[in-house]
Amino acid sequence: MEYVISVLLSGISVGGQYALIAIGYTLVYGILRLINFAHGDVFMVAGLMGIYFTATMPYSVSIPLVIIITVVLGFVIERAAYKPLRNAPRMSVMISAIGVSYLLQNTATYITGGQPMTYPVIPFLAGTVNVAGTHTKWVVIITPFLVLALVVALNQLINHTKIGMAMRAVSKDFETSRLMGIKINSVISATFIIGSGLAAVGSVLFFTNYPAITPTAGAMPGLKAFVAAVFGGIGSIPGAVIGAFLIGICETIIKGLPSSWDVSVFSDAFTFALLIVILVFKPQGLFGEAATDKV
Amino acid sequence: MSEQLLKIENLKVRYGGIEAVRGISLDVRAGETVTLIGANGAGKSSTLRTVSGLVKPAEGRIIFGGEDITDKDPTYIVSKGLMMVPEGRRIFPNLTVLENLKVGAYLRKDDLDEDIEKVYEYFPRLKERSWQEGGTLSGGEQQMLAVGRALMGRPRLLMMDEPSLGLAPIVVQEIFRIIRQISESGTTVLLIEQNANMALHVADRAYVIENGMITTEGTGEELLKDEKVRAAYLGSTS
Ligand SMILES: Nc1ncnc2c1ncn2[C@@H]1O[C@H](COP(=O)(O)OP(=O)(O)OP(=O)(O)O)[C@@H](O)[C@H]1O
Ligand SMILES: [Mg+2]
Repeated sequence: MEYVISVLLSGISVGGQYALIAIGYTLVYGILRLINFAHGDVFMVAGLMGIYFTATMPYSVSIPLVIIITVVLGFVIERAAYKPLRNAPRMSVMISAIGVSYLLQNTATYITGGQPMTYPVIPFLAGTVNVAGTHTKWVVIITPFLVLALVVALNQLINHTKIGMAMRAVSKDFETSRLMGIKINSVISATFIIGSGLAAVGSVLFFTNYPAITPTAGAMPGLKAFVAAVFGGIGSIPGAVIGAFLIGICETIIKGLPSSWDVSVFSDAFTFALLIVILVFKPQGLFGEAATDKV
Repeated sequence: MSEQLLKIENLKVRYGGIEAVRGISLDVRAGETVTLIGANGAGKSSTLRTVSGLVKPAEGRIIFGGEDITDKDPTYIVSKGLMMVPEGRRIFPNLTVLENLKVGAYLRKDDLDEDIEKVYEYFPRLKERSWQEGGTLSGGEQQMLAVGRALMGRPRLLMMDEPSLGLAPIVVQEIFRIIRQISESGTTVLLIEQNANMALHVADRAYVIENGMITTEGTGEELLKDEKVRAAYLGSTS
């Protein structure tokens, strides 16, 4: 019983961390119809910054700084690599995104020398706590609440503010949005800023539970978050969040099955099998709209 | 004569190799209702889209309120008081009726309540549907919303691209009744229409555009009597 609880708790927590990354994919896709392949690497860079900054600064400074610089990074990537291709075919923008992804990975290799880097033990996240008879890290308890709070805040922003209204308008019709006086580029930047900021928060939570960061450490969580976004119906924020929790929980359950069954190595394959099954029955994902122009 | 609000000089628009607008000059004075009529593909929408900044002209100048806006972007042009009701309505299907109206006032920072009330007075059917998503409205209601949305920007010049397209005769009449009211309330209107008969009746002045060029101009009454216009656009041979 205690084992079941601890597996569930950690599944929810991993799911929440994927959710924070998945929102970035789904927001950007919703507006630009672009799969931002660099998003997972932005997440990795946030992790590395977490290591370097916490080494020299107190947490109260270093963690906000990680978030701020990740946001700036997301903004700059969009302006430098995607905005010049606004009128180019979508495939060109995707190639640009893949290029940015490698640029970030290579830069990380250059800076770290390719060595796995150990994430700092942040006391209020990595400390342990006793829940229902099982010892678990604080981060496992904090993650779902923090994710919930951020998702509620994001939902408020999108549905009840002027910039949120502009984001919804732009996601449907660039040209008419411009005729209303909306600056398309500012709205697009806003989505990258939000997505990167959430990924930065996700990186602090995720890497606290992770042995080491390598230059490709963003790839797997990034891919799973992307799967979560597709699974939930890409473009839909609730879809991405629910998809991420489902994937996190399923994956942790498989990893936690008795070792005599010998299935835990297949947990990643299972994630993708799940995606394929869902997409066979619901091609547009759980909450996606049946649109025609999707990639 | 009153002040010139919009002046288009020798406008040319090219798409790739095709010249869709081939040297159009026209003007709209403050307070007037001017209509642009012409067959499919004549270049009417291209002209309006160029004025609103969506399309960059190959040649020519566009002066609005005394200022050259030829190379300005749509946001700037909207901020100067030029709003467009685009061809095909183009309301935001995922925004509610009320949000669609608010988005029309995107650049305004003042209170919108009074303007929203005014739009609801013009179109009471929108008021009842204030919380409905735009995409669920009927075609006629969507057109009313598109007009209302543009009015929310408090335009000095309201440009409308075929507001009667695809609507039942009774709805067409309602739309034209509102256009007349908008015009009487002091807003300058530039109207594109296929429905030449209705358009010429509400318009002070009119231009006929054929193959990207203006071929005839005059007051609404003059054009209603013009033999060639009657034959080509009013479906009458008398
Ligand atoms: N984006 C574009 N790319 C290429 N050609 C275009 C484009 N937009 C318009 N055209 C062409 O320019 C010409 C004029 O089109 P425009 O839309 O201005 O006509 P219109 O007078 O508004 O016609 P309608 O009454 O059918 O709306 C047409 O031949 C059209 O095919
Ligand atoms: Mg047209």
